[in-house]
Amino acid sequence: MLRSRIIPCLLISDGALVKTQNFKLPKYVGDPINAVKIFNEKGADELIVLDIDATRKSLSPNFNLIKKLAAECRMPLCYGGGVNSADFASKLVDMGVEKVAVSSAAITNPKLISEMTSAVGKQSVVVVIDFNKKKNFFSNEYELCSHNGKKSYKDDPFVFLKKCQEAGAGEIVINSVSQDGMMQGYDLNLALKIKEIAKIPITFLGGAGSLKDMEKLIEKFGIVGAAAGSLFVFKGKYRAVLINYPTLIEKKNICSKSLLNYENI
Amino acid sequence: MISIIDYGVGNVQAFLNLFNRLGIEAKRANNTKALKEATHLILPGVGHFDYAIKKLNASGLRDTLEKLVINSEVPLLGICVGMQMFAESSDEGDLPGLGWISGNIRAFSNNKDSSKLPVPHMGWNTLEIYKSESLFLKCNEELTEYYFLHSYYFDAKDKSIVSATSNYGFNFDAAISLKNIYGIQFHPEKSHKWGEQLLENFSKI
Repeated sequence: MLRSRIIPCLLISDGALVKTQNFKLPKYVGDPINAVKIFNEKGADELIVLDIDATRKSLSPNFNLIKKLAAECRMPLCYGGGVNSADFASKLVDMGVEKVAVSSAAITNPKLISEMTSAVGKQSVVVVIDFNKKKNFFSNEYELCSHNGKKSYKDDPFVFLKKCQEAGAGEIVINSVSQDGMMQGYDLNLALKIKEIAKIPITFLGGAGSLKDMEKLIEKFGIVGAAAGSLFVFKGKYRAVLINYPTLIEKKNICSKSLLNYENI
Repeated sequence: MISIIDYGVGNVQAFLNLFNRLGIEAKRANNTKALKEATHLILPGVGHFDYAIKKLNASGLRDTLEKLVINSEVPLLGICVGMQMFAESSDEGDLPGLGWISGNIRAFSNNKDSSKLPVPHMGWNTLEIYKSESLFLKCNEELTEYYFLHSYYFDAKDKSIVSATSNYGFNFDAAISLKNIYGIQFHPEKSHKWGEQLLENFSKI
Protein backbone atom coordinates (compact mmCIF):
# COMPACT_ATOMS: atom_id res chain seq x y z
CA MET A 1 0.00 0.00 0.00
CA LEU A 2 1.13 3.52 -0.76
CA ARG A 3 2.34 5.37 2.32
CA SER A 4 2.29 9.10 3.04
CA ARG A 5 5.63 10.81 2.50
CA ILE A 6 7.51 12.41 5.42
CA ILE A 7 9.68 15.08 3.85
CA PRO A 8 12.42 17.28 5.33
CA CYS A 9 12.49 20.72 3.71
CA LEU A 10 15.86 22.46 3.67
CA LEU A 11 16.23 26.20 3.06
CA ILE A 12 19.36 27.53 1.41
CA SER A 13 20.66 31.09 1.71
CA ASP A 14 24.10 32.11 0.40
CA GLY A 15 25.01 28.42 0.02
CA ALA A 16 24.28 27.66 3.69
CA LEU A 17 21.43 25.84 5.33
CA VAL A 18 19.09 28.18 7.25
CA LYS A 19 15.69 28.09 8.92
CA THR A 20 13.18 30.92 9.06
CA GLN A 21 10.16 31.88 11.16
CA ASN A 22 7.22 33.36 9.24
CA PHE A 23 9.65 33.46 6.31
CA LYS A 24 11.85 35.90 8.30
CA LEU A 25 14.82 35.74 10.68
CA PRO A 26 16.91 33.13 8.85
CA LYS A 27 19.04 31.22 11.36
CA TYR A 28 22.23 29.44 10.27
CA VAL A 29 21.76 25.69 10.64
CA GLY A 30 24.73 24.15 8.86
CA ASP A 31 26.17 22.81 5.64
CA PRO A 32 23.58 21.54 3.12
CA ILE A 33 25.73 18.68 1.75
CA ASN A 34 26.30 17.40 5.26
CA ALA A 35 22.55 17.60 5.95
CA VAL A 36 21.81 15.54 2.83
CA LYS A 37 24.31 12.90 3.98
CA ILE A 38 22.58 12.66 7.35
CA PHE A 39 19.13 12.35 5.74
CA ASN A 40 20.53 9.60 3.47
CA GLU A 41 21.58 7.65 6.54
CA LYS A 42 18.19 8.19 8.13
CA GLY A 43 16.38 6.98 5.02
CA ALA A 44 14.30 10.11 4.40
CA ASP A 45 11.40 9.62 1.97
CA GLU A 46 12.28 12.67 -0.15
CA LEU A 47 14.02 16.01 0.26
CA ILE A 48 12.80 19.47 -0.69
CA VAL A 49 15.55 22.07 -1.07
CA LEU A 50 14.44 25.68 -1.52
CA ASP A 51 16.82 28.56 -2.23
CA ILE A 52 15.20 31.51 -0.46
CA ASP A 53 17.52 34.13 -2.02
CA ALA A 54 17.31 33.22 -5.68
CA THR A 55 13.92 34.68 -6.62
CA ARG A 56 14.10 37.60 -4.19
CA LYS A 57 17.49 38.68 -5.55
CA SER A 58 16.63 37.66 -9.16
CA LEU A 59 19.44 35.10 -9.23
CA SER A 60 19.65 31.91 -11.29
CA PRO A 61 19.68 28.64 -9.35
CA ASN A 62 23.08 27.86 -7.79
CA PHE A 63 23.79 25.01 -10.24
CA ASN A 64 27.17 24.14 -8.70
CA LEU A 65 25.66 23.54 -5.30
CA ILE A 66 22.59 21.74 -6.70
CA LYS A 67 24.77 19.39 -8.72
CA LYS A 68 26.65 18.39 -5.57
CA LEU A 69 23.41 17.96 -3.62
CA ALA A 70 21.87 15.80 -6.37
CA ALA A 71 24.97 13.60 -6.59
CA GLU A 72 24.87 13.02 -2.84
CA CYS A 73 21.11 12.54 -2.52
CA ARG A 74 19.98 8.89 -2.39
CA MET A 75 16.29 9.78 -2.28
CA PRO A 76 14.12 11.84 -4.60
CA LEU A 77 15.13 15.49 -4.58
CA CYS A 78 12.87 18.45 -5.22
CA TYR A 79 14.58 21.80 -5.86
CA GLY A 80 12.98 25.24 -5.94
CA GLY A 81 14.26 28.82 -6.14
CA GLY A 82 14.99 31.02 -9.13
CA VAL A 83 13.46 28.61 -11.67
CA ASN A 84 11.67 30.74 -14.26
CA SER A 85 12.12 28.81 -17.52
CA ALA A 86 11.74 25.32 -18.99
CA ASP A 87 15.48 25.44 -19.85
CA PHE A 88 16.39 25.76 -16.18
CA ALA A 89 14.07 22.85 -15.41
CA SER A 90 15.78 20.65 -18.04
CA LYS A 91 19.20 21.58 -16.75
CA LEU A 92 18.21 20.66 -13.19
CA VAL A 93 16.69 17.31 -14.24
CA ASP A 94 19.86 16.49 -16.20
CA MET A 95 21.83 17.06 -13.00
CA GLY A 96 19.76 14.42 -11.23
CA VAL A 97 17.06 16.53 -9.59
CA GLU A 98 13.80 14.51 -9.78
CA LYS A 99 11.39 17.38 -9.25
CA VAL A 100 11.66 21.05 -10.10
CA ALA A 101 9.56 23.48 -8.09
CA VAL A 102 8.29 26.84 -9.28
CA SER A 103 6.39 29.46 -7.35
CA SER A 104 6.20 33.14 -8.31
CA ALA A 105 7.23 32.49 -11.92
CA ALA A 106 4.14 30.28 -12.37
CA ILE A 107 1.93 33.15 -11.15
CA THR A 108 3.39 35.76 -13.46
CA ASN A 109 3.85 33.43 -16.45
CA PRO A 110 0.87 31.04 -16.69
CA LYS A 111 2.44 29.19 -19.66
CA LEU A 112 5.49 28.16 -17.65
CA ILE A 113 3.91 25.00 -16.18
CA SER A 114 2.95 23.53 -19.56
CA GLU A 115 6.34 24.49 -21.02
CA MET A 116 8.06 22.70 -18.15
CA THR A 117 5.89 19.59 -18.45
CA SER A 118 6.77 19.36 -22.16
CA ALA A 119 10.46 19.63 -21.30
CA VAL A 120 10.78 17.32 -18.29
CA GLY A 121 7.46 15.46 -17.96
CA LYS A 122 4.60 16.26 -15.64
CA GLN A 123 5.93 14.01 -12.84
CA SER A 124 8.88 16.39 -12.41
CA VAL A 125 6.92 19.64 -12.18
CA VAL A 126 6.01 20.89 -8.72
CA VAL A 127 4.24 24.16 -7.93
CA VAL A 128 4.80 25.66 -4.50
CA ILE A 129 1.84 27.84 -3.56
CA ASP A 130 2.28 30.23 -0.64
CA PHE A 131 -0.99 30.52 1.29
CA ASN A 132 -1.13 33.41 3.74
CA LYS A 133 -3.99 33.57 6.21
CA LYS A 134 -5.50 37.06 6.06
CA LYS A 135 -4.87 38.97 9.28
CA ASN A 136 -8.52 39.93 9.80
CA PHE A 137 -9.56 38.21 13.05
CA PHE A 138 -12.98 37.19 11.75
CA SER A 139 -11.78 36.10 8.36
CA ASN A 140 -10.90 32.58 7.47
CA GLU A 141 -9.59 33.50 4.07
CA TYR A 142 -6.23 33.11 2.41
CA GLU A 143 -4.23 35.21 0.03
CA LEU A 144 -1.76 34.10 -2.60
CA CYS A 145 1.85 35.19 -1.89
CA SER A 146 5.38 34.81 -3.17
CA HIS A 147 8.88 36.13 -2.48
CA ASN A 148 9.07 34.65 1.02
CA GLY A 149 5.68 36.09 1.90
CA LYS A 150 6.61 39.66 0.97
CA LYS A 151 4.58 39.91 -2.20
CA SER A 152 0.85 39.23 -2.33
CA TYR A 153 -1.50 38.83 -5.29
CA LYS A 154 -5.19 39.43 -5.87
CA ASP A 155 -5.71 35.96 -7.34
CA ASP A 156 -7.59 33.47 -5.19
CA PRO A 157 -5.03 30.80 -4.17
CA PHE A 158 -7.58 27.97 -4.53
CA VAL A 159 -8.44 29.03 -8.08
CA PHE A 160 -4.73 29.26 -8.80
CA LEU A 161 -4.24 25.71 -7.49
CA LYS A 162 -6.94 24.41 -9.85
CA LYS A 163 -5.28 26.21 -12.77
CA CYS A 164 -1.94 24.58 -11.92
CA GLN A 165 -3.59 21.15 -11.90
CA GLU A 166 -5.20 21.79 -15.27
CA ALA A 167 -1.92 23.03 -16.71
CA GLY A 168 -0.40 19.64 -15.92
CA ALA A 169 1.58 20.07 -12.69
CA GLY A 170 2.62 16.76 -11.10
CA GLU A 171 2.46 17.88 -7.49
CA ILE A 172 1.48 20.90 -5.41
CA VAL A 173 3.28 21.98 -2.26
CA ILE A 174 1.01 24.03 -0.02
CA ASN A 175 3.24 26.39 1.91
CA SER A 176 1.52 27.99 4.90
CA VAL A 177 3.25 31.33 5.38
CA SER A 178 1.55 32.08 8.68
CA GLN A 179 2.57 28.69 10.15
CA ASP A 180 6.22 28.77 8.99
CA GLY A 181 8.63 27.92 11.80
CA MET A 182 5.93 28.20 14.48
CA MET A 183 5.86 24.44 15.14
CA GLN A 184 2.23 24.66 16.27
CA GLY A 185 0.77 22.17 13.82
CA TYR A 186 -0.37 22.27 10.21
CA ASP A 187 -3.35 24.41 9.20
CA LEU A 188 -5.84 21.53 9.14
CA ASN A 189 -8.76 23.70 8.00
CA LEU A 190 -6.72 24.64 4.97
CA ALA A 191 -5.89 20.96 4.42
CA LEU A 192 -9.59 20.06 4.32
CA LYS A 193 -10.31 22.82 1.80
CA ILE A 194 -7.46 21.61 -0.40
CA LYS A 195 -8.63 17.98 -0.15
CA GLU A 196 -11.90 18.93 -1.83
CA ILE A 197 -10.17 20.15 -4.97
CA ALA A 198 -6.97 18.07 -5.15
CA LYS A 199 -6.56 15.72 -8.12
CA ILE A 200 -2.79 15.36 -7.98
CA PRO A 201 -0.43 14.57 -5.06
CA ILE A 202 -0.33 17.30 -2.44
CA THR A 203 2.38 18.10 0.09
CA PHE A 204 1.86 20.41 3.07
CA LEU A 205 4.66 22.51 4.45
CA GLY A 206 4.58 24.85 7.43
CA GLY A 207 3.74 24.35 11.07
CA ALA A 208 4.75 20.79 11.96
CA GLY A 209 6.17 20.83 15.49
CA SER A 210 5.99 17.12 16.20
CA LEU A 211 5.39 13.79 14.51
CA LYS A 212 1.93 13.94 16.14
CA ASP A 213 1.17 17.00 13.98
CA MET A 214 2.04 14.94 10.91
CA GLU A 215 -0.18 12.12 12.11
CA LYS A 216 -3.08 14.58 12.48
CA LEU A 217 -2.58 15.87 8.94
CA ILE A 218 -2.45 12.34 7.53
CA GLU A 219 -5.55 11.35 9.47
CA LYS A 220 -7.48 14.33 8.04
CA PHE A 221 -6.17 14.26 4.51
CA GLY A 222 -5.39 10.63 3.71
CA ILE A 223 -2.29 9.91 1.65
CA VAL A 224 -0.28 13.11 1.53
CA GLY A 225 3.21 14.56 1.68
CA ALA A 226 3.94 15.92 5.16
CA ALA A 227 6.92 18.25 4.94
CA ALA A 228 8.71 20.08 7.72
CA GLY A 229 11.72 22.29 8.23
CA SER A 230 12.14 23.16 11.91
CA LEU A 231 10.96 19.76 13.15
CA PHE A 232 13.84 17.93 11.47
CA VAL A 233 16.62 20.43 12.17
CA PHE A 234 15.91 21.68 15.71
CA LYS A 235 15.64 19.93 19.05
CA GLY A 236 14.04 21.34 22.20
CA LYS A 237 12.56 24.71 23.06
CA TYR A 238 15.86 26.55 22.63
CA ARG A 239 15.96 25.41 18.99
CA ALA A 240 19.36 23.72 19.27
CA VAL A 241 20.44 22.46 15.86
CA LEU A 242 20.13 18.67 15.68
CA ILE A 243 19.16 16.94 12.48
CA ASN A 244 16.65 14.22 13.23
CA TYR A 245 14.14 12.06 11.36
CA PRO A 246 11.76 9.21 12.31
CA THR A 247 12.68 5.56 11.82
CA LEU A 248 10.79 3.50 9.26
CA ILE A 249 8.69 1.85 11.98
CA GLU A 250 7.82 5.27 13.43
CA LYS A 251 6.93 6.46 9.93
CA LYS A 252 4.70 3.46 9.29
CA ASN A 253 2.92 4.17 12.58
CA ILE A 254 2.44 7.86 11.74
CA CYS A 255 1.03 6.89 8.36
CA SER A 256 -1.11 3.99 9.53
CA LYS A 257 -4.30 6.05 9.76
CA SER A 258 -4.10 7.01 6.11
CA LEU A 259 -3.47 3.38 5.22
CA LEU A 260 -6.71 2.40 6.94
CA ASN A 261 -8.55 5.14 5.05
CA TYR A 262 -6.91 4.15 1.80
CA GLU A 263 -10.12 2.93 0.21
CA ASN A 264 -11.80 6.24 0.93
CA ILE A 265 -9.34 8.74 -0.47
CA MET B 1 31.06 -4.05 -16.36
CA ILE B 2 27.54 -2.66 -16.02
CA SER B 3 26.58 -0.15 -18.70
CA ILE B 4 23.94 2.46 -17.97
CA ILE B 5 22.43 3.37 -21.33
CA ASP B 6 22.65 7.14 -21.81
CA TYR B 7 20.18 8.12 -24.52
CA GLY B 8 19.34 11.49 -22.99
CA VAL B 9 16.50 10.24 -20.77
CA GLY B 10 16.76 9.37 -17.10
CA ASN B 11 19.16 9.94 -14.29
CA VAL B 12 22.32 8.08 -15.35
CA GLN B 13 24.44 9.82 -12.72
CA ALA B 14 22.32 8.48 -9.85
CA PHE B 15 23.11 4.90 -10.98
CA LEU B 16 26.81 5.62 -11.36
CA ASN B 17 26.95 7.14 -7.86
CA LEU B 18 25.17 4.13 -6.41
CA PHE B 19 27.35 1.48 -8.11
CA ASN B 20 30.42 3.48 -7.10
CA ARG B 21 29.35 3.26 -3.45
CA LEU B 22 28.75 -0.48 -3.83
CA GLY B 23 32.19 -0.94 -5.38
CA ILE B 24 30.66 -2.38 -8.57
CA GLU B 25 32.16 -1.35 -11.90
CA ALA B 26 29.68 0.66 -13.96
CA LYS B 27 29.87 3.24 -16.71
CA ARG B 28 27.79 5.52 -18.85
CA ALA B 29 27.18 4.04 -22.33
CA ASN B 30 26.39 6.55 -25.05
CA ASN B 31 27.98 4.70 -28.00
CA THR B 32 27.77 1.18 -29.44
CA LYS B 33 31.30 0.28 -28.32
CA ALA B 34 30.45 0.92 -24.68
CA LEU B 35 27.25 -1.12 -25.07
CA LYS B 36 29.12 -4.11 -26.50
CA GLU B 37 31.55 -4.16 -23.57
CA ALA B 38 28.74 -4.58 -21.07
CA THR B 39 28.07 -7.73 -19.09
CA HIS B 40 24.85 -6.14 -17.82
CA LEU B 41 22.72 -3.33 -19.26
CA ILE B 42 20.47 -0.83 -17.52
CA LEU B 43 17.88 1.16 -19.47
CA PRO B 44 16.66 4.07 -17.32
CA GLY B 45 13.80 6.37 -18.29
CA VAL B 46 11.49 9.11 -17.06
CA GLY B 47 8.92 11.33 -18.70
CA HIS B 48 6.80 10.80 -21.78
CA PHE B 49 6.72 7.41 -23.57
CA ASP B 50 6.98 8.78 -27.12
CA TYR B 51 9.79 11.13 -26.09
CA ALA B 52 11.79 8.22 -24.65
CA ILE B 53 11.26 6.07 -27.78
CA LYS B 54 12.26 8.99 -30.03
CA LYS B 55 15.39 9.63 -27.99
CA LEU B 56 16.33 5.93 -28.09
CA ASN B 57 15.86 5.86 -31.87
CA ALA B 58 17.88 9.05 -32.27
CA SER B 59 20.71 7.75 -30.05
CA GLY B 60 21.82 5.24 -32.68
CA LEU B 61 21.97 2.59 -29.94
CA ARG B 62 18.70 0.78 -30.58
CA ASP B 63 19.90 -1.81 -33.12
CA THR B 64 22.97 -2.76 -31.10
CA LEU B 65 20.88 -2.93 -27.94
CA GLU B 66 18.38 -5.21 -29.65
CA LYS B 67 21.13 -7.57 -30.89
CA LEU B 68 22.77 -7.74 -27.46
CA VAL B 69 19.53 -8.34 -25.61
CA ILE B 70 17.65 -10.61 -28.03
CA ASN B 71 20.52 -12.53 -29.71
CA SER B 72 23.33 -12.49 -27.15
CA GLU B 73 20.94 -12.56 -24.15
CA VAL B 74 22.87 -9.97 -22.13
CA PRO B 75 20.90 -9.27 -18.91
CA LEU B 76 18.93 -6.04 -19.25
CA LEU B 77 17.11 -4.10 -16.52
CA GLY B 78 14.57 -1.50 -17.67
CA ILE B 79 13.45 1.05 -15.12
CA CYS B 80 10.20 3.07 -15.12
CA VAL B 81 9.72 4.29 -18.72
CA GLY B 82 12.76 2.12 -19.56
CA MET B 83 10.59 -0.88 -18.63
CA GLN B 84 7.49 0.51 -20.30
CA MET B 85 9.33 0.72 -23.63
CA PHE B 86 9.57 -3.12 -23.66
CA ALA B 87 5.80 -3.23 -24.37
CA GLU B 88 4.07 -3.06 -27.74
CA SER B 89 2.24 0.22 -27.19
CA SER B 90 1.30 2.88 -24.65
CA ASP B 91 -1.87 4.83 -23.92
CA GLU B 92 0.46 7.78 -23.36
CA GLY B 93 1.68 8.03 -26.93
CA ASP B 94 1.29 6.96 -30.55
CA LEU B 95 4.67 5.40 -31.25
CA PRO B 96 5.09 1.62 -31.00
CA GLY B 97 7.23 0.28 -28.17
CA LEU B 98 10.15 -2.12 -28.59
CA GLY B 99 7.72 -5.05 -28.48
CA TRP B 100 10.11 -7.35 -26.61
CA ILE B 101 7.49 -8.21 -24.02
CA SER B 102 3.86 -8.66 -24.94
CA GLY B 103 1.80 -6.03 -23.16
CA ASN B 104 0.47 -2.50 -23.18
CA ILE B 105 1.06 0.58 -21.07
CA ARG B 106 -2.17 1.85 -19.55
CA ALA B 107 -3.23 5.01 -17.69
CA PHE B 108 -4.24 4.91 -14.01
CA SER B 109 -6.77 7.61 -14.90
CA ASN B 110 -8.55 5.17 -17.26
CA ASN B 111 -8.82 2.30 -14.79
CA LYS B 112 -12.04 2.32 -12.77
CA ASP B 113 -10.21 1.21 -9.61
CA SER B 114 -7.68 4.03 -9.70
CA SER B 115 -9.44 6.80 -11.61
CA LYS B 116 -10.40 8.60 -8.39
CA LEU B 117 -6.87 8.48 -6.95
CA PRO B 118 -4.41 11.31 -7.50
CA VAL B 119 -1.98 10.77 -10.38
CA PRO B 120 0.94 10.40 -10.65
CA HIS B 121 1.19 7.45 -8.25
CA MET B 122 3.91 9.05 -6.17
CA GLY B 123 5.76 7.80 -3.14
CA TRP B 124 6.83 4.69 -1.26
CA ASN B 125 4.87 1.53 -1.86
CA THR B 126 5.23 -2.14 -1.03
CA LEU B 127 5.57 -5.08 -3.40
CA GLU B 128 3.99 -8.47 -3.49
CA ILE B 129 6.65 -10.72 -4.96
CA TYR B 130 5.48 -13.79 -6.91
CA LYS B 131 8.61 -15.15 -8.50
CA SER B 132 11.47 -16.17 -6.25
CA GLU B 133 14.11 -14.87 -8.63
CA SER B 134 17.55 -13.66 -7.70
CA LEU B 135 16.70 -10.03 -8.55
CA PHE B 136 14.63 -9.88 -5.34
CA LEU B 137 17.06 -11.72 -3.07
CA LYS B 138 16.88 -10.13 0.42
CA CYS B 139 14.39 -7.58 -0.96
CA ASN B 140 11.33 -9.34 0.39
CA GLU B 141 11.44 -8.30 4.04
CA GLU B 142 8.47 -7.04 5.97
CA LEU B 143 9.42 -3.35 5.85
CA THR B 144 10.72 -3.26 2.27
CA GLU B 145 9.30 -0.50 0.12
CA TYR B 146 10.26 1.21 -3.13
CA TYR B 147 9.85 4.69 -4.58
CA PHE B 148 7.33 5.02 -7.42
CA LEU B 149 6.60 8.02 -9.63
CA HIS B 150 4.41 7.29 -12.66
CA SER B 151 0.97 7.87 -14.20
CA TYR B 152 1.00 4.81 -16.51
CA TYR B 153 1.55 1.14 -15.70
CA PHE B 154 2.64 -2.03 -17.49
CA ASP B 155 -0.17 -4.47 -18.26
CA ALA B 156 1.56 -7.71 -19.28
CA LYS B 157 -0.42 -10.00 -21.57
CA ASP B 158 1.06 -13.16 -20.08
CA LYS B 159 0.78 -12.75 -16.30
CA SER B 160 3.26 -15.58 -15.71
CA ILE B 161 6.06 -13.12 -16.49
CA VAL B 162 4.96 -10.81 -13.64
CA SER B 163 7.44 -11.16 -10.79
CA ALA B 164 5.91 -8.55 -8.46
CA THR B 165 2.83 -6.37 -8.20
CA SER B 166 2.15 -3.23 -6.23
CA ASN B 167 -1.21 -1.74 -5.30
CA TYR B 168 -2.71 1.58 -6.32
CA GLY B 169 -6.44 1.02 -6.15
CA PHE B 170 -5.76 -2.40 -7.72
CA ASN B 171 -2.74 -4.68 -8.16
CA PHE B 172 -0.66 -3.56 -11.13
CA ASP B 173 2.43 -5.19 -12.65
CA ALA B 174 5.39 -3.58 -10.87
CA ALA B 175 8.12 -5.99 -12.00
CA ILE B 176 8.37 -8.38 -14.93
CA SER B 177 10.98 -10.78 -16.23
CA LEU B 178 11.30 -12.82 -19.38
CA LYS B 179 14.55 -14.75 -19.81
CA ASN B 180 17.35 -12.14 -19.64
CA ILE B 181 14.98 -9.13 -19.75
CA TYR B 182 13.94 -7.58 -16.42
CA GLY B 183 11.70 -4.57 -15.90
CA ILE B 184 10.76 -2.66 -12.77
CA GLN B 185 8.36 0.26 -12.51
CA PHE B 186 9.88 1.74 -9.33
CA HIS B 187 13.17 3.60 -8.91
CA PRO B 188 15.87 1.50 -7.19
CA GLU B 189 18.36 4.36 -7.57
CA LYS B 190 16.17 6.41 -5.24
CA SER B 191 15.02 3.63 -2.89
CA HIS B 192 17.72 3.61 -0.22
CA LYS B 193 19.09 0.22 0.90
CA TRP B 194 16.37 -1.84 -0.83
CA GLY B 195 17.23 -0.27 -4.16
CA GLU B 196 20.93 -0.85 -3.59
CA GLN B 197 20.24 -4.49 -2.74
CA LEU B 198 18.20 -4.97 -5.91
CA LEU B 199 20.84 -3.39 -8.15
CA GLU B 200 23.56 -5.44 -6.46
CA ASN B 201 21.45 -8.56 -7.11
CA PHE B 202 21.10 -7.57 -10.77
CA SER B 203 24.87 -7.17 -11.09
CA LYS B 204 25.27 -10.83 -10.04
CA ILE B 205 22.76 -12.28 -12.51
